[in-house]
Amino acid sequence: MLNTIILITFGALSLSLVAGLIRLMIGPSLPDRVVALDLIAYILIAFIATYCVFTDTSDFIDAAIVVALIAFLGTTAFARYVLKAGQNSTDDKI
Amino acid sequence: MSEIFIAILLLSGSFFVVVAAIGVLRLPDLMMKMHASTKAGTLGAGLTLLAVSVAFDEISVLTRVIATILFLLLTAPIAAHLIARSAYYVGMDLWENTIIDELKNERAENNSATNGVTAEMNSKEESDAR
Repeated sequence: MLNTIILITFGALSLSLVAGLIRLMIGPSLPDRVVALDLIAYILIAFIATYCVFTDTSDFIDAAIVVALIAFLGTTAFARYVLKAGQNSTDDKI
Repeated sequence: MSEIFIAILLLSGSFFVVVAAIGVLRLPDLMMKMHASTKAGTLGAGLTLLAVSVAFDEISVLTRVIATILFLLLTAPIAAHLIARSAYYVGMDLWENTIIDELKNERAENNSATNGVTAEMNSKEESDAR
């Protein structure tokens, strides 16, 4: 029973990962992309936690901590960059 | 018994993560996208992490899970505030049906100030190039 639940969770998390990647690609401005990256980090943390339950190993929790740390540092750096780069960075059409 | 707890925590966690992803994909402006990803995303990740602590039933795992959740709860609002602030002052467009924008005057002042700073920087770069 738990295995089915875990597979459903993996499927839902993969779908939301696809949604985050779509927003990362089409996001009309740089801050939209940064928010999408933030969301992808949260989904990754949930993914790692589900994988821990799935494989019955608790070692990957440390990886979740590291992902949370890197996501925070990355968002902070991007916020500084957006503020410094100014108007030009927000209407990129890449 | 604990399997039922794990199942409930996993399902509700993934539900909130899906809600966050749909919000980021569909909502019209940056502030709303950020509100979806920060709140629902943190709740979803936290619930999934709690499922791990129920599944293992060890004090070391519980400590690490609580540390991760606390870290998420501390940093998610700070990161969202930082990116919202810089996007707003750089001149992000709000949704057309936004009712109130209390920082409008401050943004105009700040915009002229930062434009002055960038103009100074540009002239400095030019003189450096010479």
